[in-house]
Amino acid sequence: MSRVLISARGLKIRFGGVIAADGIDLDVLEGENLAIIGPNGAGKTTFLNMATGYLRPQAGTVSFLGQDITALPPRTITKLGIARAFQIPQLFLDQTVLENMMIAAAAHAGSMSAFRHLLDLPERKEVEDLLDLVGVRAFANRKAFELPEGQRKLVDIALALALKPTVLLMDEPTSGVASGEKLGLMDILTSALARQKVSSVFVEHDMDMVERYAHRVAVWSSGKIQVVGPPAEVLKNTEVREHVIGI
Amino acid sequence: MSGRLVSRLIIAAAIVVAAVLPIILPSWATLTTLILAKGIVVLGIIILLQAGQVSFGHAMFFGVGAYTIAFWGRYVGPGDLLLFLLLGPLIAMAFGLLIGLFVVRYREIFFGMLNLAFSMVMWSLLEKLYAFTNGADGIRVARPTLAGIAFTPEAFQYVLLYLTLGLVLVVSYGVQRYLDSPLGHMLRAIKGNETRLEYLGVSARKILLIGYVISAFLGGLGGVLVATAQQIATPEFAYWTKSGEFVFIAILGGIANAAGAFAGAAVFETVRFFASAQLANAWQLILGVVLIVIIMFAPNGLIGLRNRRKAQAEVRP
Ligand SMILES: Nc1ncnc2c1ncn2[C@@H]1O[C@H](COP(=O)(O)OP(=O)(O)O)[C@@H](O)[C@H]1O
Ligand SMILES: [Mg+2]
Repeated sequence: MSRVLISARGLKIRFGGVIAADGIDLDVLEGENLAIIGPNGAGKTTFLNMATGYLRPQAGTVSFLGQDITALPPRTITKLGIARAFQIPQLFLDQTVLENMMIAAAAHAGSMSAFRHLLDLPERKEVEDLLDLVGVRAFANRKAFELPEGQRKLVDIALALALKPTVLLMDEPTSGVASGEKLGLMDILTSALARQKVSSVFVEHDMDMVERYAHRVAVWSSGKIQVVGPPAEVLKNTEVREHVIGI
Repeated sequence: MSGRLVSRLIIAAAIVVAAVLPIILPSWATLTTLILAKGIVVLGIIILLQAGQVSFGHAMFFGVGAYTIAFWGRYVGPGDLLLFLLLGPLIAMAFGLLIGLFVVRYREIFFGMLNLAFSMVMWSLLEKLYAFTNGADGIRVARPTLAGIAFTPEAFQYVLLYLTLGLVLVVSYGVQRYLDSPLGHMLRAIKGNETRLEYLGVSARKILLIGYVISAFLGGLGGVLVATAQQIATPEFAYWTKSGEFVFIAILGGIANAAGAFAGAAVFETVRFFASAQLANAWQLILGVVLIVIIMFAPNGLIGLRNRRKAQAEVRP
Protein backbone atom coordinates (compact mmCIF):
# COMPACT_ATOMS: atom_id res chain seq x y z
CA MET A 1 0.00 0.00 0.00
CA SER A 2 1.28 3.43 -0.89
CA ARG A 3 1.38 6.07 1.79
CA VAL A 4 -1.33 8.74 1.69
CA LEU A 5 0.21 12.16 1.13
CA ILE A 6 -2.68 14.57 0.80
CA SER A 7 -6.03 13.61 2.20
CA ALA A 8 -9.14 15.75 1.64
CA ARG A 9 -12.33 14.97 3.54
CA GLY A 10 -15.75 16.50 3.06
CA LEU A 11 -14.52 19.76 1.49
CA LYS A 12 -17.32 22.22 0.84
CA ILE A 13 -17.28 25.75 -0.46
CA ARG A 14 -19.87 27.90 -2.16
CA PHE A 15 -19.56 31.25 -3.90
CA GLY A 16 -22.94 32.92 -3.76
CA GLY A 17 -25.20 30.52 -5.59
CA VAL A 18 -22.37 28.41 -7.02
CA ILE A 19 -21.41 25.31 -5.07
CA ALA A 20 -17.80 24.84 -6.20
CA ALA A 21 -17.07 21.98 -3.78
CA ASP A 22 -19.83 19.80 -2.43
CA GLY A 23 -18.20 17.19 -0.25
CA ILE A 24 -14.87 16.40 -1.86
CA ASP A 25 -13.10 13.28 -0.53
CA LEU A 26 -9.81 12.47 -2.18
CA ASP A 27 -6.46 10.91 -1.31
CA VAL A 28 -3.25 11.60 -3.17
CA LEU A 29 -0.92 8.63 -2.87
CA GLU A 30 2.83 8.50 -2.77
CA GLY A 31 4.40 7.86 -6.14
CA GLU A 32 1.33 8.43 -8.26
CA ASN A 33 0.35 10.86 -10.96
CA LEU A 34 -3.29 11.64 -10.30
CA ALA A 35 -5.21 13.32 -13.10
CA ILE A 36 -8.24 15.50 -12.46
CA ILE A 37 -10.67 15.86 -15.33
CA GLY A 38 -14.03 17.51 -15.66
CA PRO A 39 -15.82 20.30 -17.49
CA ASN A 40 -14.98 23.99 -17.00
CA GLY A 41 -16.45 25.35 -13.79
CA ALA A 42 -16.62 21.93 -12.15
CA GLY A 43 -14.44 23.11 -9.27
CA LYS A 44 -11.04 21.62 -10.16
CA THR A 45 -9.06 24.81 -9.56
CA THR A 46 -11.10 25.49 -6.44
CA PHE A 47 -9.96 22.12 -5.08
CA LEU A 48 -6.31 23.06 -5.64
CA ASN A 49 -6.98 26.42 -3.99
CA MET A 50 -8.38 24.71 -0.92
CA ALA A 51 -5.64 22.11 -0.80
CA THR A 52 -2.96 24.83 -0.76
CA GLY A 53 -4.56 27.23 1.70
CA TYR A 54 -5.50 29.91 -0.81
CA LEU A 55 -9.18 29.33 -0.06
CA ARG A 56 -10.48 28.11 3.24
CA PRO A 57 -13.21 25.47 2.86
CA GLN A 58 -16.49 26.20 4.62
CA ALA A 59 -16.52 22.60 5.79
CA GLY A 60 -14.11 19.67 5.68
CA THR A 61 -10.40 19.17 6.24
CA VAL A 62 -7.22 18.75 4.28
CA SER A 63 -4.28 16.94 5.78
CA PHE A 64 -0.78 16.31 4.54
CA LEU A 65 1.15 13.32 5.87
CA GLY A 66 -1.33 13.15 8.72
CA GLN A 67 -1.00 16.83 9.70
CA ASP A 68 -4.09 19.03 9.47
CA ILE A 69 -3.25 21.84 7.04
CA THR A 70 -6.77 23.20 6.49
CA ALA A 71 -6.23 26.62 8.05
CA LEU A 72 -2.59 27.13 7.08
CA PRO A 73 -1.52 29.84 4.61
CA PRO A 74 -0.01 28.89 1.23
CA ARG A 75 3.55 29.70 2.28
CA THR A 76 3.40 27.28 5.19
CA ILE A 77 1.85 24.53 3.10
CA THR A 78 4.48 25.15 0.43
CA LYS A 79 7.23 24.75 2.99
CA LEU A 80 5.74 21.45 4.11
CA GLY A 81 6.28 20.11 0.59
CA ILE A 82 3.28 20.87 -1.61
CA ALA A 83 4.21 23.01 -4.62
CA ARG A 84 1.84 24.38 -7.19
CA ALA A 85 1.87 25.39 -10.84
CA PHE A 86 -1.00 27.59 -11.93
CA GLN A 87 -3.61 27.52 -14.67
CA ILE A 88 -2.65 31.11 -15.42
CA PRO A 89 1.13 31.31 -14.91
CA GLN A 90 2.12 33.30 -11.84
CA LEU A 91 5.53 34.80 -12.48
CA PHE A 92 7.51 37.85 -11.46
CA LEU A 93 7.02 39.52 -14.81
CA ASP A 94 9.56 42.34 -14.39
CA GLN A 95 12.33 39.96 -13.47
CA THR A 96 14.24 37.65 -15.77
CA VAL A 97 13.38 33.98 -16.04
CA LEU A 98 16.66 33.12 -14.31
CA GLU A 99 15.92 35.58 -11.50
CA ASN A 100 12.44 34.10 -11.11
CA MET A 101 13.97 30.66 -10.75
CA MET A 102 16.74 31.79 -8.43
CA ILE A 103 14.20 33.43 -6.14
CA ALA A 104 12.44 30.08 -5.91
CA ALA A 105 15.70 28.25 -5.28
CA ALA A 106 16.78 30.80 -2.66
CA ALA A 107 13.40 30.49 -0.95
CA HIS A 108 13.72 26.73 -0.86
CA ALA A 109 17.31 26.78 0.38
CA GLY A 110 16.50 29.48 2.95
CA SER A 111 19.22 31.70 1.46
CA MET A 112 17.78 34.97 2.71
CA SER A 113 21.01 36.93 2.41
CA ALA A 114 21.07 40.70 1.90
CA PHE A 115 24.63 40.71 0.58
CA ARG A 116 25.17 37.76 -1.71
CA HIS A 117 24.25 38.30 -5.33
CA LEU A 118 21.13 36.33 -6.21
CA LEU A 119 22.72 34.93 -9.34
CA ASP A 120 25.85 33.79 -7.50
CA LEU A 121 24.04 31.41 -5.18
CA PRO A 122 25.19 27.79 -5.39
CA GLU A 123 21.75 26.75 -6.67
CA ARG A 124 22.44 28.41 -10.02
CA LYS A 125 23.53 25.22 -11.77
CA GLU A 126 20.50 23.24 -10.62
CA VAL A 127 18.23 26.03 -11.72
CA GLU A 128 19.78 26.13 -15.17
CA ASP A 129 19.37 22.38 -15.45
CA LEU A 130 15.69 22.76 -14.59
CA LEU A 131 15.28 25.40 -17.28
CA ASP A 132 16.95 22.99 -19.67
CA LEU A 133 14.62 20.25 -18.59
CA VAL A 134 11.46 22.16 -19.41
CA GLY A 135 13.11 23.64 -22.50
CA VAL A 136 13.24 27.36 -21.68
CA ARG A 137 16.94 27.77 -21.01
CA ALA A 138 17.21 29.98 -24.08
CA PHE A 139 14.93 32.51 -22.37
CA ALA A 140 16.91 32.57 -19.11
CA ASN A 141 17.94 36.20 -19.41
CA ARG A 142 14.68 37.50 -20.79
CA LYS A 143 12.20 39.31 -18.59
CA ALA A 144 9.30 37.00 -17.88
CA PHE A 145 6.80 39.38 -19.50
CA GLU A 146 8.58 39.01 -22.83
CA LEU A 147 7.81 35.29 -23.03
CA PRO A 148 4.91 33.85 -24.97
CA GLU A 149 2.15 32.30 -22.85
CA GLY A 150 3.26 28.71 -23.50
CA GLN A 151 6.81 29.37 -22.30
CA ARG A 152 5.52 31.21 -19.25
CA LYS A 153 3.56 28.14 -18.37
CA LEU A 154 6.76 26.08 -18.49
CA VAL A 155 8.60 28.55 -16.28
CA ASP A 156 5.69 28.41 -13.85
CA ILE A 157 6.10 24.63 -13.62
CA ALA A 158 9.88 24.95 -13.30
CA LEU A 159 9.39 27.38 -10.39
CA ALA A 160 7.37 24.75 -8.56
CA LEU A 161 9.98 22.08 -9.34
CA ALA A 162 12.74 24.29 -7.95
CA LEU A 163 11.08 23.86 -4.56
CA LYS A 164 11.79 20.11 -4.68
CA PRO A 165 8.33 19.30 -3.42
CA THR A 166 6.90 16.04 -2.19
CA VAL A 167 3.76 16.66 -4.20
CA LEU A 168 3.40 18.88 -7.25
CA LEU A 169 -0.04 20.21 -8.12
CA MET A 170 -0.34 21.33 -11.75
CA ASP A 171 -3.38 23.13 -13.12
CA GLU A 172 -3.68 22.32 -16.83
CA PRO A 173 0.08 22.08 -17.43
CA THR A 174 -0.25 21.51 -21.15
CA SER A 175 -2.87 24.14 -21.95
CA GLY A 176 -1.20 26.91 -23.91
CA VAL A 177 1.54 24.53 -24.99
CA ALA A 178 1.46 23.81 -28.73
CA SER A 179 -0.29 20.47 -29.34
CA GLY A 180 2.72 18.99 -31.10
CA GLU A 181 4.84 19.67 -28.01
CA LYS A 182 2.44 18.36 -25.37
CA LEU A 183 3.62 14.77 -25.53
CA GLY A 184 7.26 15.71 -25.34
CA LEU A 185 6.68 18.00 -22.40
CA MET A 186 4.64 15.47 -20.45
CA ASP A 187 7.23 12.77 -21.18
CA ILE A 188 9.98 14.95 -19.77
CA LEU A 189 7.90 16.12 -16.83
CA THR A 190 6.66 12.73 -15.72
CA SER A 191 10.06 11.11 -16.02
CA ALA A 192 11.63 13.97 -14.04
CA LEU A 193 8.94 13.59 -11.40
CA ALA A 194 9.52 9.85 -11.21
CA ARG A 195 13.27 10.34 -10.98
CA GLN A 196 12.95 12.84 -8.16
CA LYS A 197 10.21 10.78 -6.51
CA VAL A 198 7.72 13.63 -6.69
CA SER A 199 4.06 12.66 -6.68
CA SER A 200 1.75 14.79 -8.77
CA VAL A 201 -1.78 15.91 -9.33
CA PHE A 202 -2.56 17.43 -12.70
CA VAL A 203 -5.74 18.91 -14.07
CA GLU A 204 -5.98 17.92 -17.72
CA HIS A 205 -8.41 18.26 -20.60
CA ASP A 206 -6.56 16.08 -23.08
CA MET A 207 -7.71 12.46 -22.53
CA ASP A 208 -4.72 11.20 -24.45
CA MET A 209 -2.43 12.73 -21.80
CA VAL A 210 -4.54 11.27 -19.03
CA GLU A 211 -4.39 7.77 -20.51
CA ARG A 212 -0.67 7.93 -21.04
CA TYR A 213 0.55 9.59 -17.87
CA ALA A 214 -1.97 9.20 -15.05
CA HIS A 215 -1.97 6.26 -12.66
CA ARG A 216 -5.41 7.25 -11.45
CA VAL A 217 -7.97 9.76 -12.63
CA ALA A 218 -10.63 11.62 -10.64
CA VAL A 219 -13.64 12.93 -12.51
CA TRP A 220 -15.08 16.24 -11.29
CA SER A 221 -18.60 17.35 -11.96
CA SER A 222 -20.43 20.29 -10.34
CA GLY A 223 -18.30 20.32 -7.19
CA LYS A 224 -18.42 16.56 -6.70
CA ILE A 225 -16.13 13.67 -7.58
CA GLN A 226 -18.10 11.37 -9.86
CA VAL A 227 -15.62 8.53 -9.98
CA VAL A 228 -11.97 7.78 -9.21
CA GLY A 229 -9.96 4.93 -10.70
CA PRO A 230 -7.39 3.80 -13.24
CA PRO A 231 -7.76 5.69 -16.54
CA ALA A 232 -8.39 2.49 -18.50
CA GLU A 233 -11.57 1.87 -16.49
CA VAL A 234 -12.74 5.41 -15.83
CA LEU A 235 -12.43 6.59 -19.40
CA LYS A 236 -14.62 3.67 -20.54
CA ASN A 237 -17.39 4.60 -18.12
CA THR A 238 -20.35 5.70 -20.28
CA GLU A 239 -21.43 8.50 -17.98
CA VAL A 240 -17.93 9.94 -17.97
CA ARG A 241 -17.75 9.62 -21.73
CA GLU A 242 -20.98 11.51 -22.13
CA HIS A 243 -20.51 14.26 -19.57
CA VAL A 244 -16.79 14.89 -19.52
CA ILE A 245 -15.30 13.70 -22.73
CA GLY A 246 -18.42 14.52 -24.70
CA ILE A 247 -18.65 11.47 -26.94
CA MET B 1 32.93 52.31 -24.84
CA SER B 2 30.55 50.01 -23.00
CA GLY B 3 27.45 51.41 -21.32
CA ARG B 4 28.61 50.09 -18.00
CA LEU B 5 31.88 51.93 -18.27
CA VAL B 6 30.09 55.16 -19.20
CA SER B 7 27.83 54.77 -16.17
CA ARG B 8 30.82 54.32 -13.93
CA LEU B 9 32.57 57.33 -15.41
CA ILE B 10 29.48 59.47 -14.84
CA ILE B 11 29.27 58.33 -11.23
CA ALA B 12 32.99 58.93 -10.72
CA ALA B 13 32.63 62.40 -12.24
CA ALA B 14 29.70 63.17 -9.93
CA ILE B 15 31.76 62.12 -6.91
CA VAL B 16 34.63 64.35 -8.01
CA VAL B 17 32.27 67.30 -8.53
CA ALA B 18 30.71 66.77 -5.09
CA ALA B 19 34.19 66.65 -3.56
CA VAL B 20 35.87 69.48 -5.46
CA LEU B 21 33.16 72.02 -6.32
CA PRO B 22 32.66 73.14 -2.68
CA ILE B 23 36.37 73.91 -2.42
CA ILE B 24 36.10 76.30 -5.35
CA LEU B 25 32.71 77.64 -4.25
CA PRO B 26 32.56 77.49 -0.42
CA SER B 27 28.88 78.47 -0.45
CA TRP B 28 28.20 75.07 -1.98
CA ALA B 29 29.65 73.07 0.87
CA THR B 30 26.51 72.91 2.99
CA LEU B 31 24.23 72.66 -0.04
CA THR B 32 26.19 69.65 -1.28
CA THR B 33 26.02 68.04 2.16
CA LEU B 34 22.25 68.52 2.16
CA ILE B 35 21.94 67.02 -1.31
CA LEU B 36 23.93 63.95 -0.28
CA ALA B 37 22.15 63.52 3.05
CA LYS B 38 18.71 63.77 1.47
CA GLY B 39 19.82 61.35 -1.21
CA ILE B 40 20.49 58.85 1.57
CA VAL B 41 16.90 59.22 2.79
CA VAL B 42 15.61 58.89 -0.76
CA LEU B 43 17.51 55.60 -1.08
CA GLY B 44 15.12 54.35 1.60
CA ILE B 45 12.13 55.46 -0.50
CA ILE B 46 13.62 53.70 -3.51
CA ILE B 47 13.89 50.47 -1.52
CA LEU B 48 10.17 50.56 -0.73
CA LEU B 49 9.34 51.48 -4.32
CA GLN B 50 10.98 48.23 -5.42
CA ALA B 51 8.09 46.50 -3.69
CA GLY B 52 5.67 48.91 -5.38
CA GLN B 53 4.95 50.68 -2.09
CA VAL B 54 5.08 54.44 -1.56
CA SER B 55 5.39 55.79 1.96
CA PHE B 56 3.91 59.27 2.44
CA GLY B 57 5.23 59.40 5.97
CA HIS B 58 8.87 58.53 5.68
CA ALA B 59 10.00 61.88 7.02
CA MET B 60 9.14 60.51 10.47
CA PHE B 61 12.36 58.51 10.43
CA PHE B 62 14.22 61.57 9.18
CA GLY B 63 12.72 63.32 12.22
CA VAL B 64 13.79 60.53 14.55
CA GLY B 65 17.39 60.91 13.37
CA ALA B 66 17.32 64.69 13.76
CA TYR B 67 15.73 64.62 17.20
CA THR B 68 18.13 61.93 18.42
CA ILE B 69 20.97 64.41 18.14
CA ALA B 70 18.80 67.32 19.33
CA PHE B 71 17.55 65.51 22.46
CA TRP B 72 21.03 64.29 23.23
CA GLY B 73 22.33 67.86 23.20
CA ARG B 74 19.44 69.07 25.32
CA TYR B 75 19.25 66.30 27.90
CA VAL B 76 22.64 64.60 27.93
CA GLY B 77 25.17 67.18 26.83
CA PRO B 78 27.77 67.56 24.12
CA GLY B 79 28.30 64.49 22.00
CA ASP B 80 30.36 63.09 19.19
CA LEU B 81 29.13 62.87 15.62
CA LEU B 82 30.28 59.24 15.31
CA LEU B 83 28.02 58.36 18.23
CA PHE B 84 25.08 60.19 16.67
CA LEU B 85 25.66 58.54 13.31
CA LEU B 86 25.29 55.20 15.06
CA LEU B 87 22.55 56.08 17.52
CA GLY B 88 20.23 58.04 15.18
CA PRO B 89 19.88 55.32 12.54
CA LEU B 90 19.56 52.59 15.18
CA ILE B 91 16.75 54.39 16.97
CA ALA B 92 15.09 55.06 13.62
CA MET B 93 15.41 51.35 12.90
CA ALA B 94 13.70 50.51 16.19
CA PHE B 95 10.85 52.88 15.27
CA GLY B 96 10.82 51.34 11.82
CA LEU B 97 10.43 47.87 13.28
CA LEU B 98 7.54 48.91 15.55
CA ILE B 99 5.66 50.90 12.93
CA GLY B 100 6.62 48.42 10.23
CA LEU B 101 4.88 45.59 12.06
CA PHE B 102 1.62 47.47 11.39
CA VAL B 103 2.16 48.97 7.97
CA VAL B 104 3.56 45.92 6.16
CA ARG B 105 0.14 44.30 6.42
CA TYR B 106 -1.15 46.88 3.96
CA ARG B 107 -0.44 47.70 0.35
CA GLU B 108 -0.51 50.64 -1.99
CA ILE B 109 -2.78 53.51 -0.96
CA PHE B 110 -3.42 52.01 2.48
CA PHE B 111 0.30 51.51 3.05
CA GLY B 112 0.99 55.08 1.96
CA MET B 113 -1.77 56.60 4.09
CA LEU B 114 -0.98 54.55 7.19
CA ASN B 115 2.59 55.79 7.00
CA LEU B 116 1.25 59.31 6.64
CA ALA B 117 -0.91 58.80 9.73
CA PHE B 118 2.01 57.60 11.84
CA SER B 119 4.13 60.52 10.69
CA MET B 120 1.34 62.97 11.58
CA VAL B 121 1.21 61.53 15.08
CA MET B 122 4.94 62.02 15.42
CA TRP B 123 4.79 65.54 14.02
CA SER B 124 1.98 66.47 16.44
CA LEU B 125 3.91 65.13 19.40
CA LEU B 126 6.97 67.13 18.38
CA GLU B 127 4.81 70.25 18.04
CA LYS B 128 2.65 69.86 21.14
CA LEU B 129 5.05 68.51 23.75
CA TYR B 130 6.49 71.98 24.02
CA ALA B 131 8.17 71.37 27.36
CA PHE B 132 10.33 68.68 25.82
CA THR B 133 10.66 69.78 22.22
CA ASN B 134 10.30 73.59 22.13
CA GLY B 135 7.41 72.98 19.76
CA ALA B 136 7.62 74.55 16.33
CA ASP B 137 10.74 76.49 17.29
CA GLY B 138 12.69 73.28 17.38
CA ILE B 139 15.87 72.47 19.24
CA ARG B 140 19.21 73.91 18.32
CA VAL B 141 21.89 71.38 17.55
CA ALA B 142 25.36 72.30 18.72
CA ARG B 143 28.28 71.52 16.46
CA PRO B 144 29.47 68.10 17.61
CA THR B 145 33.02 66.87 17.82
CA LEU B 146 34.20 64.19 15.43
CA ALA B 147 36.19 61.38 17.03
CA GLY B 148 36.81 63.74 19.93
CA ILE B 149 38.17 66.56 17.77
CA ALA B 150 36.46 69.97 17.83
CA PHE B 151 36.49 71.95 14.56
CA THR B 152 35.94 75.59 13.66
CA PRO B 153 32.63 76.24 11.85
CA GLU B 154 34.47 76.74 8.53
CA ALA B 155 36.45 73.53 8.86
CA PHE B 156 33.47 71.59 10.15
CA GLN B 157 31.47 72.35 6.99
CA TYR B 158 34.07 70.46 5.01
CA VAL B 159 34.52 67.71 7.57
CA LEU B 160 30.79 67.07 7.45
CA LEU B 161 30.75 67.21 3.67
CA TYR B 162 33.48 64.61 3.23
CA LEU B 163 32.11 62.43 5.97
CA THR B 164 28.71 62.53 4.28
CA LEU B 165 30.26 61.79 0.90
CA GLY B 166 32.02 58.79 2.40
CA LEU B 167 28.78 57.58 3.96
CA VAL B 168 27.00 58.01 0.63
CA LEU B 169 29.51 55.71 -1.04
CA VAL B 170 29.27 53.07 1.67
CA VAL B 171 25.49 53.22 1.90
CA SER B 172 24.95 53.23 -1.89
CA TYR B 173 27.16 50.20 -2.23
CA GLY B 174 25.29 48.46 0.57
CA VAL B 175 21.88 49.27 -0.89
CA GLN B 176 22.90 48.12 -4.36
CA ARG B 177 24.18 44.87 -2.86
CA TYR B 178 20.90 44.46 -1.03
CA LEU B 179 18.83 45.10 -4.15
CA ASP B 180 20.84 42.48 -6.05
CA SER B 181 20.57 39.93 -3.23
CA PRO B 182 17.87 37.30 -2.70
CA LEU B 183 16.14 39.61 -0.19
CA GLY B 184 16.22 42.49 -2.67
CA HIS B 185 14.83 40.36 -5.48
CA MET B 186 12.11 39.06 -3.19
CA LEU B 187 11.25 42.66 -2.41
CA ARG B 188 10.76 43.32 -6.12
CA ALA B 189 8.77 40.10 -6.31
CA ILE B 190 6.20 41.63 -3.95
CA LYS B 191 5.45 44.16 -6.66
CA GLY B 192 5.64 41.51 -9.35
CA ASN B 193 3.40 38.80 -7.88
CA GLU B 194 2.82 38.48 -4.19
CA THR B 195 0.72 35.33 -4.64
CA ARG B 196 3.60 33.51 -6.30
CA LEU B 197 6.01 34.69 -3.66
CA GLU B 198 3.79 33.17 -0.94
CA TYR B 199 3.56 30.01 -3.05
CA LEU B 200 7.34 29.81 -2.96
CA GLY B 201 7.09 29.61 0.82
CA VAL B 202 8.13 33.22 1.44
CA SER B 203 6.34 35.63 3.77
CA ALA B 204 5.88 38.81 1.76
CA ARG B 205 5.26 40.73 4.98
CA LYS B 206 8.57 39.64 6.43
CA ILE B 207 10.40 40.62 3.24
CA LEU B 208 8.70 44.02 3.21
CA LEU B 209 9.43 44.51 6.90
CA ILE B 210 13.14 43.96 6.30
CA GLY B 211 13.07 46.55 3.52
CA TYR B 212 11.08 48.91 5.71
CA VAL B 213 13.53 48.70 8.61
CA ILE B 214 16.50 49.28 6.29
CA SER B 215 14.71 52.23 4.82
CA ALA B 216 14.00 53.63 8.30
CA PHE B 217 17.72 53.27 9.08
CA LEU B 218 18.56 55.38 6.03
CA GLY B 219 15.95 57.96 7.03
CA GLY B 220 17.52 58.23 10.48
CA LEU B 221 21.01 58.58 9.04
CA GLY B 222 19.89 61.37 6.71
CA GLY B 223 18.15 63.07 9.64
CA VAL B 224 21.30 63.13 11.79
CA LEU B 225 23.33 64.57 8.90
CA VAL B 226 20.82 67.27 7.95
CA ALA B 227 20.22 68.35 11.56
CA THR B 228 23.98 68.57 12.01
CA ALA B 229 24.42 70.60 8.82
CA GLN B 230 21.53 72.97 9.62
CA GLN B 231 22.27 72.97 13.36
CA ILE B 232 18.63 72.57 14.24
CA ALA B 233 15.86 69.99 14.47
CA THR B 234 12.26 71.14 14.04
CA PRO B 235 8.93 69.30 13.68
CA GLU B 236 9.16 70.22 9.97
CA PHE B 237 11.65 67.39 9.65
CA ALA B 238 8.80 64.93 10.21
CA TYR B 239 6.05 66.88 8.42
CA TRP B 240 4.16 65.36 5.52
CA THR B 241 5.44 67.91 3.01
CA LYS B 242 8.93 66.63 3.79
CA SER B 243 7.76 63.07 3.17
CA GLY B 244 6.28 64.21 -0.12
CA GLU B 245 9.56 65.86 -1.00
CA PHE B 246 11.43 62.57 -0.59
CA VAL B 247 8.97 60.72 -2.81
CA PHE B 248 9.16 63.57 -5.31
CA ILE B 249 12.97 63.33 -5.43
CA ALA B 250 12.81 59.55 -5.87
CA ILE B 251 10.53 59.84 -8.88
CA LEU B 252 12.54 62.74 -10.24
CA GLY B 253 15.78 60.80 -10.06
CA GLY B 254 14.46 57.38 -11.02
CA ILE B 255 13.99 54.34 -8.89
CA ALA B 256 15.96 51.77 -10.87
CA ASN B 257 19.13 52.13 -8.83
CA ALA B 258 20.92 54.00 -6.08
CA ALA B 259 22.30 56.71 -8.37
CA GLY B 260 18.80 58.04 -9.02
CA ALA B 261 18.42 59.19 -5.43
CA PHE B 262 21.40 61.50 -5.65
CA ALA B 263 20.69 62.74 -9.17
CA GLY B 264 17.17 63.61 -8.03
CA ALA B 265 18.35 65.27 -4.83
CA ALA B 266 20.95 67.31 -6.71
CA VAL B 267 18.42 68.68 -9.19
CA PHE B 268 15.79 69.26 -6.51
CA GLU B 269 18.01 71.11 -4.07
CA THR B 270 19.80 73.10 -6.76
CA VAL B 271 16.56 74.25 -8.37
CA ARG B 272 15.18 75.14 -4.95
CA PHE B 273 18.34 76.96 -3.96
CA PHE B 274 18.53 79.15 -7.07
CA ALA B 275 14.86 79.51 -7.82
CA SER B 276 14.05 80.53 -4.26
CA ALA B 277 16.79 83.15 -4.45
CA GLN B 278 15.51 84.51 -7.78
CA LEU B 279 11.80 83.92 -7.54
CA ALA B 280 10.96 83.89 -3.85
CA ASN B 281 7.94 81.62 -3.65
CA ALA B 282 7.89 80.40 -7.21
CA TRP B 283 10.33 77.54 -6.71
CA GLN B 284 7.51 75.09 -6.12
CA LEU B 285 6.11 76.12 -9.50
CA ILE B 286 9.41 75.42 -11.20
CA LEU B 287 9.84 72.07 -9.48
CA GLY B 288 6.26 71.18 -10.32
CA VAL B 289 6.90 71.86 -13.99
CA VAL B 290 10.14 69.89 -13.84
CA LEU B 291 8.29 66.91 -12.36
CA ILE B 292 5.54 67.05 -14.98
CA VAL B 293 8.17 67.07 -17.71
CA ILE B 294 9.98 64.15 -16.08
CA ILE B 295 6.85 62.04 -15.71
CA MET B 296 5.78 62.74 -19.28
CA PHE B 297 9.09 62.37 -21.05
CA ALA B 298 11.27 60.30 -18.74
CA PRO B 299 9.00 58.08 -16.68
CA ASN B 300 12.03 56.24 -15.35
CA GLY B 301 13.53 59.42 -13.93
CA LEU B 302 16.75 61.20 -14.75
CA ILE B 303 18.79 58.03 -14.42
CA GLY B 304 16.30 56.27 -16.70
CA LEU B 305 17.17 58.72 -19.47
CA ARG B 306 20.61 57.20 -19.72
CA ASN B 307 19.39 53.64 -19.33
CA ARG B 308 16.88 54.21 -22.11
CA ARG B 309 19.56 55.47 -24.47
CA LYS B 310 21.59 52.41 -23.54
CA ALA B 311 18.65 50.09 -24.22
CA GLN B 312 18.14 51.67 -27.64
CA ALA B 313 21.81 51.29 -28.40
CA GLU B 314 21.66 47.59 -27.55
CA VAL B 315 18.79 46.99 -29.96
CA ARG B 316 20.81 48.23 -32.91
CA PRO B 317 22.58 45.38 -34.70
N1 LIG C 1 -12.91 33.09 -5.79
C1 LIG C 1 -14.09 32.83 -6.39
N2 LIG C 1 -15.14 33.66 -6.22
C2 LIG C 1 -16.33 33.39 -6.79
N3 LIG C 1 -16.58 32.32 -7.56
C3 LIG C 1 -15.57 31.46 -7.79
C4 LIG C 1 -14.28 31.67 -7.22
N4 LIG C 1 -13.46 30.66 -7.59
C5 LIG C 1 -14.23 29.84 -8.37
N5 LIG C 1 -15.49 30.32 -8.49
C6 LIG C 1 -16.58 29.67 -9.20
O1 LIG C 1 -16.58 28.33 -8.79
C7 LIG C 1 -16.82 27.47 -9.89
C8 LIG C 1 -15.68 26.50 -10.05
O2 LIG C 1 -14.58 27.21 -10.56
P1 LIG C 1 -13.16 26.52 -10.85
O3 LIG C 1 -12.75 25.79 -9.63
O4 LIG C 1 -12.25 27.57 -11.33
O5 LIG C 1 -13.53 25.51 -12.02
P2 LIG C 1 -12.57 24.65 -12.96
O6 LIG C 1 -11.17 24.87 -12.54
O7 LIG C 1 -13.02 23.25 -12.77
O8 LIG C 1 -12.83 25.12 -14.34
C9 LIG C 1 -17.05 28.36 -11.10
O9 LIG C 1 -18.42 28.57 -11.25
C10 LIG C 1 -16.36 29.65 -10.69
O10 LIG C 1 -16.96 30.75 -11.32
MG1 LIG D 1 -9.55 25.67 -13.57
